[in-house]
Amino acid sequence: MKKMSLLFSSICLTLVFASVSFAAGTIKIGALFAVTGPASFLGEPEKKTLELLVKEANDKGGINGMKLEAVIYDTGGDATKAVQLATKLIKDDKVSLIIGPSTTGESMAVIPVVEKEKIPMISCSAGIKITDPAKHWVFKTPANDHVAAEKILNYMASKKQKSIALLTVTDGFGASGREQIKALAKQKGFTIVADEVYGPKDTDMTAQLTKIRGIKPDAIICWGTNPGPAVVTKNVKQLGIKTPLYMSHGVASKKYIELAGADSAEGVMLPAGKLAIYEALSKSDAQYKLLKGYDQSYKKAYGTEASTFGGYAYDAFLLATGAIKKSGSTPEQIRNGIEKTSKLVSISGVFTMSPKDHNGLDLSAFEMVKVVKGDWVMIK
Amino acid sequence: MQFDQILQYTLSGISTGAIYALIGIGFSIIYNATGIINFAQGEFVMLGGLLTLSCLELLNLPLWAAVPCAVAVSTVVGVLFERLAIRPLRQPTPINLVIITIGGSILIRGLAMLVWGKDTHTIPPFSGDTPIAIGGATILPQHLWILAITLIIIVINKIYFYHTISGKAMRACSYNRRAAGLVGIDVRRMVLFSFIISSAMGAVAGIIVAPLTMTAYDVGVMLGLKGFCAAIIGGMSSGISTVIGGLILGVLESLGAGLISSGYKDAIAFIILLLIMFIRPQGLFGKADSERV
Repeated sequence: MKKMSLLFSSICLTLVFASVSFAAGTIKIGALFAVTGPASFLGEPEKKTLELLVKEANDKGGINGMKLEAVIYDTGGDATKAVQLATKLIKDDKVSLIIGPSTTGESMAVIPVVEKEKIPMISCSAGIKITDPAKHWVFKTPANDHVAAEKILNYMASKKQKSIALLTVTDGFGASGREQIKALAKQKGFTIVADEVYGPKDTDMTAQLTKIRGIKPDAIICWGTNPGPAVVTKNVKQLGIKTPLYMSHGVASKKYIELAGADSAEGVMLPAGKLAIYEALSKSDAQYKLLKGYDQSYKKAYGTEASTFGGYAYDAFLLATGAIKKSGSTPEQIRNGIEKTSKLVSISGVFTMSPKDHNGLDLSAFEMVKVVKGDWVMIK
Repeated sequence: MQFDQILQYTLSGISTGAIYALIGIGFSIIYNATGIINFAQGEFVMLGGLLTLSCLELLNLPLWAAVPCAVAVSTVVGVLFERLAIRPLRQPTPINLVIITIGGSILIRGLAMLVWGKDTHTIPPFSGDTPIAIGGATILPQHLWILAITLIIIVINKIYFYHTISGKAMRACSYNRRAAGLVGIDVRRMVLFSFIISSAMGAVAGIIVAPLTMTAYDVGVMLGLKGFCAAIIGGMSSGISTVIGGLILGVLESLGAGLISSGYKDAIAFIILLLIMFIRPQGLFGKADSERV
């Protein structure tokens, strides 16, 4: 019995020593992305982006002379799996920080783990709950949905549009958008005259839109990710509805215009992250060079356009490496470094963190754009 | 409630319902020939749309050539599915077969995801997208295509099942497989035929809806379920009652979304399904003492 306990304690000691020695020349970055499953449209570009960036950084000699190593696991969009893999990253792989997960549900599930193990996490999901209230070890890169919603409402106010018909998708993204818009609309004195929803796989929204047409609102706001909004756009055209149609930042890609058809999408307005529209930005914009560089190297490596979602991983990587350069590479130093980030120019916007704000983006993360002849045009 | 709104709900419902009907008939044909519910039916809908896309974009075929080409390839997939997954089974109990079709559908969906990726795709409408006004409501030319093609398929089905030898043989199988075998009908061949017909019909349905609803590797799931509902309402007949089942489903969904709440749209379909199962398991139009018993 005594022998056993001796053996056990010596194993424990070995483990402790093993975990202390992780800073030997490489920095391990753990990542949890939903590479497969329903949220793969997020996880796949995120994984590709991170791999690309780690390779580029190592080719340039690493960060502070230390090589980077990315340990990327696929969560399949499953919160339970995300928690298991987060524990694995921390206990087995001994990573210094975790990038991801891709979805809000997974992030919320992983937060207690990283808080307990004291490992910084930079989530790539948009849910406002992740960083509101701010948690010690948790950051996130996508702008809050309400920032996009506020952008639309501010624009509507400038056009004197007062009554809103909502049409949102019945998934996490749509439900969050619906709540945010309703709360903001109340604050800013708009009236919601219709509150309709559709399923993520619905193929025809004419019923909801016919109802909305009968109510005659000043504007329609549709909140969802492809393909729903493209169907809505086609249906609006079919029903001959002339009411201005706003979409969320969830469809800010050329894919949306392609799916809806340039003809039907004409005149649709939405708040877009700057990556989707960087070609329309002025060359003096602080982000222009970075956005162009990202899009081109992504295209070169993978043959497809860079997406806003991959940009979230880009932001996380820049935040992390920025912190490592400034503060050092232990989890504690990285966390403190990220919190001190100020005016970091990245893909989603310009980040300025504070102990209260662990997202660091404001209204300038989005630009209002309009579809004109199958392309984005900035509107003021 | 204005008249033109009701008219719009009804028209939208009918055009969606026609699709459910086409898919539902596919379910019924296989059910009648084999006694199984082929849960891979939705995947043929997906294949139809995506294969058309490939024919148009990769092979640069014109639409009139791409459509038959896509239908042919989907049918080949249907035949392979029957040959490789259904036929080799030693003891084909219905539950085994049903599980095999579910497995098959997951396999086909997975392969499609690898081939076409996870993105949504669209194919151009057959004849433009200028809306047609009908008394205050509007429909698209593609809706007319859907209705016309559904109608043509139903007529062809009727002729096949009632006026050709192999159609009659297939009906014989559905009444009594054993007796059909005894009078010299090759039951296994009829099973193969049923897969050919239903995979081709599924593909056609997938192609004609793709311009409106778009298509992706996973569209088959929901459309398949709705088609299954239509077939249940129609009492698993391969004729007009499944068509009416599909239309009822489409119109009720659309009216429900418009008049009650769009949040309950899918719930409506499945409440109908449950009600039918509880109250009239033989279908809305079936006689209680089914001929199949």
